[in-house]
Amino acid sequence: MFGSCCRCCRRPRSCWFHSRFRAVPGVLSQAVGVEKRGQRSWARRGREPQGLLRLLEGRPRGLGPGGSAHSGVACCGVAPPLRASLNLLGPVDFLITCKSQDGSVDCVSRLGLGFDETCLYITLASWGLWVKNIAFLDCGSKFLISFFFSFLQLECLKLIASQKFTDKRIGYLGAMLLLDERQDVHLLMTNCIKNDLNHSTQFVQGLALCTLGCMGSSEMCRDLAGEVEKLLKTSNSYLRKKAALCAVHVIRKVPELMEMFLPATKNLLNEKNHGVLHTSVVLLTEMCERSPDMLAHFRKNEKLVPQLVRILKNLIMSGYSPEHDVSGISDPFLQVRILRLLRILGRNDDDSSEAMNDILAQVATNTETSKNVGNAILYETVLTIMDIKSESGLRVLAINILGRFLLNNDKNIRYVALTSLLKTVQTDHNAVQRHRSTIVDCLKDLDVSIKRRAMELSFALVNGNNIRGMMKELLYFLDSCEPEFKADCASGIFLAAEKYAPSKRWHIDTIMRVLTTAGSYVRDDAVPNLIQLITNSVEMHAYTVQRLYKAILGDYSQQPLVQVAAWCIGEYGDLLVSGQCEEEEPIQVTEDEVLDILESVLISNMSTSVTRGYALTAIMKLSTRFTCTVNRIKKVVSIYGSSIDVELQQRAVEYNALFKKYDHMRSALLERMPVMEKVTTNGPTEIVQTNGETEPAPLETKPPPAGPQPTSQANDLLDLLGGNDITPVIPTAPTSKPSSAGGELLDLLGDINLTGAPAAAPAPASVPQISQPPFLLDGLSSQPLFNDIAAGIPSITAYSKNGLKIEFTFERSNTNPSVTVITIQASNSTELDMTDFVFQAAVPKTFQLQLLSPSSSIVPAFNTGTITQVIKVLNPQKQQLRMRIKLTYNHKGSAMQDLAEVNNFPPQSWQ
Amino acid sequence: MIQAILVFNNHGKPRLVRFYQRFPEEIQQQIVRETFHLVLKRDDNICNFLEGGSLIGGSDYKLIYRHYATLYFVFCVDSSESELGILDLIQVFVETLDKCFENVCELDLIFHMDKCNCWVIDEASRRKKREAQRHQQVHYILQEVVMGGMVLETNMNEIVAQIEAQNRLEKSEGGLSAAPARAVSAVKNINLPEIPRNINIGDLNIKVPNLSQFV
Repeated sequence: MFGSCCRCCRRPRSCWFHSRFRAVPGVLSQAVGVEKRGQRSWARRGREPQGLLRLLEGRPRGLGPGGSAHSGVACCGVAPPLRASLNLLGPVDFLITCKSQDGSVDCVSRLGLGFDETCLYITLASWGLWVKNIAFLDCGSKFLISFFFSFLQLECLKLIASQKFTDKRIGYLGAMLLLDERQDVHLLMTNCIKNDLNHSTQFVQGLALCTLGCMGSSEMCRDLAGEVEKLLKTSNSYLRKKAALCAVHVIRKVPELMEMFLPATKNLLNEKNHGVLHTSVVLLTEMCERSPDMLAHFRKNEKLVPQLVRILKNLIMSGYSPEHDVSGISDPFLQVRILRLLRILGRNDDDSSEAMNDILAQVATNTETSKNVGNAILYETVLTIMDIKSESGLRVLAINILGRFLLNNDKNIRYVALTSLLKTVQTDHNAVQRHRSTIVDCLKDLDVSIKRRAMELSFALVNGNNIRGMMKELLYFLDSCEPEFKADCASGIFLAAEKYAPSKRWHIDTIMRVLTTAGSYVRDDAVPNLIQLITNSVEMHAYTVQRLYKAILGDYSQQPLVQVAAWCIGEYGDLLVSGQCEEEEPIQVTEDEVLDILESVLISNMSTSVTRGYALTAIMKLSTRFTCTVNRIKKVVSIYGSSIDVELQQRAVEYNALFKKYDHMRSALLERMPVMEKVTTNGPTEIVQTNGETEPAPLETKPPPAGPQPTSQANDLLDLLGGNDITPVIPTAPTSKPSSAGGELLDLLGDINLTGAPAAAPAPASVPQISQPPFLLDGLSSQPLFNDIAAGIPSITAYSKNGLKIEFTFERSNTNPSVTVITIQASNSTELDMTDFVFQAAVPKTFQLQLLSPSSSIVPAFNTGTITQVIKVLNPQKQQLRMRIKLTYNHKGSAMQDLAEVNNFPPQSWQ
Repeated sequence: MIQAILVFNNHGKPRLVRFYQRFPEEIQQQIVRETFHLVLKRDDNICNFLEGGSLIGGSDYKLIYRHYATLYFVFCVDSSESELGILDLIQVFVETLDKCFENVCELDLIFHMDKCNCWVIDEASRRKKREAQRHQQVHYILQEVVMGGMVLETNMNEIVAQIEAQNRLEKSEGGLSAAPARAVSAVKNINLPEIPRNINIGDLNIKVPNLSQFV
């Protein structure tokens, strides 16, 4: 019966109140903006509602022509169509029926303007709430809501402006609930509030303060801060306490007004009334927290600490006062507030801490703890003791109180105890460690809040000594806990295991256990991390692959586990089949069985695309590790060449090509992976740490820089160089802070200045001028790599062009005479730095060459510094050295490139 | 700072909602709903602190609640408030309400505004007025306990005394400003021959009043 769509509120067919107004041609289509074609109406049906029409035209019968049906709503700030409808709506009463979520009719009420305003006013403020409380928006009538709120807001403003307390009371309540600073309307209140702050009735003043303290915007606060400050000095305690909180709000909104309230704070603490004291402490706390200057001022000039101590002492000693007593304790709220302020004052300040030590001890021992209030005070006291610079005896007392809390029957107390232990675990680790078993017991609590805290605390308590026991508990917890804990718990276990793992095998076992129990909750980087860990522990390969094989046998649900397993089977499949596991009873597996598993991973519909990729690559790798199943592998790979998964298809096609075109390269390409470096290693500094034996315990668990690394190509040279005991893990990219890292290393060697050394004079018989960590570290070991024969080799200038000069200095290794170590030094005599400097070198095939990373990529201007880089040349046949070098760099904004050949090597360098 | 004070009954119907930080209405609704579901899951014998309300604040915020017979009182606070202290504050608030309304067990009824249809101006309507007034009273009491998210007064006697003094003042003024009587007469004279009695559009149900009731 109505039009198809309401333009104003976009309801699908027609919104109820627009449909009513469509009835009237002219008036409404202009005012409300209703579309014309929707004007099917009562009129069309031939029965025009006389009364309604009259009302809508603003001429109700009872009022005479032109009269408004109601006193007129203040319509400023309301959009024109809305205003129109507001006016027109006025005298018509109707019902709004709102449905609540469960479908029942939640409330039926009246929006009546001008009908019975008394009734309206009474319900006004409560309506605001009530409309919010019901699921009004579910009805989809946003338009109605905004209309309704605009109306209510304006009504509130009108009420506030009234002279009567009753009106003001509702008006202010409504304003607090309905208005906020995002609506400009609220500024209309400023003047009213200003007047009311100077009103003769304290309750009106109180209302104004309360409203300002609740919803005052920064403009309002600026305008009214003076009034608030005046009220802060009155003798009326009812106003004073409200003014103090209002001042807090003003400071929060406009911090620069803080100074203004400073004089008023002087006498606040001499007040007898506890309400005022309480709010004053809140104000002082806010000021101290906001500004360090204020904090210092209150500490030094105002002597705040002794004042607070005095108040606190009075509270404890005063005995029973019925006025402030809460279950036997005198005003616990005030005590808690004061303790909080003391905490802020005593933090990092010896004098203040000293002054409050005694009172804290008194509170800690004298407070009666049979009730919650007592515990609340005790808890605050403990926090304060922990935060300030208190005596050690007091700290022990505090931790013991927390320990007692942990055994308390009340869950709330246990919760706060765990929370505060978590805060103190960093500073008083050993003291907290004593309560470990209690904390671990809390993991079994039914309460999720306590569980979470206990879990966090348990991870904080894990160390090298208790790792095995703690992990057992935590793994058990991981098994049984709610899903929301699993992700956090798993990553916590990974971290702890990495830090404190007692052995490789334990570490691998732990991670595998996590993957089997909570595989779907672990973070994405868990898989590469575990793979890296496995590759690094060479002796564990056979054991690991066997364990993983067993773990995924028949269960492909835990994707991360399947991925790791697939990778390991691909990599170490030969070990699995040969059954040479030493750690565990070896299992007998045939090659076909292994392939069966991987193939079923490929076809399983639980496998994700990534997992399939892992499986396919694993199968491919096995083609070089297995002897008699190559044909089967070929077949599998060719099948997936037509997979609908693009990623998988591409892999398969590439592998197929490997079988057909590049079969000669296949075994080399699919060789066992070299040891992976951890992505997050921070270069030489870490090597210094691990090698400097500062932390002997974690040495094992870090990606080891030492150890045999069979397939790394770069290491072949080094194997020749110095046997297996050389540490070849070198970041080959330019290090981020080369000079400082080098400096640290050199500090270890003794203060040898390296970085600033001029390039010109090669220092014979001194320590070679190189910045590469490995050499220096080798230098640390008992067996020096280079000897004095280097002394006799003269240096050469290999390149000098465009201001760039490169010099070569030589050393010979005394362990392997066929290795020549050339240190290049590049210097720049122009007036501009050369950036992105890259030095590359090539030698004839009879030589082998290793280029280590440069000390920097910038050659500073005016010969003020040099780049050093080390080249190692293996020359087994002792032929004459020849080298071609390529230089690229940016200079004066353009990219430069140059090639040169170096033939003038001195004979000592290669003979 | 106290971020929000929510009171709802065992069925999740909000009875008192007071936010000290601005949230859009929809978010407020969601917060109430989410809080209710979080709190409902918890037994009475586990602790009264709860983290993890995703809508208010974040990790710094905690929900601290107490459950009384049919009502949940939930305070959402940040770390500048003492957890155990807030628990006591809830107790003070409830005891104050108890003092002001004779029996706190009826609190649920006090808040129960939507029970009666106010359309007919009769006994039911008057009851509704009374209840609305009481609802406001709860707000006024809260205003004397917490102001702008900060604790104002914890002394029960003081709170009750102030509330009573204000109510006396209100009484002496003789109620709200009188309504203009002319509007009433205007409505009396409306003659609406045909307005649809019931309009059902989507999920919104509109009842059009039978105006003859006022005449």
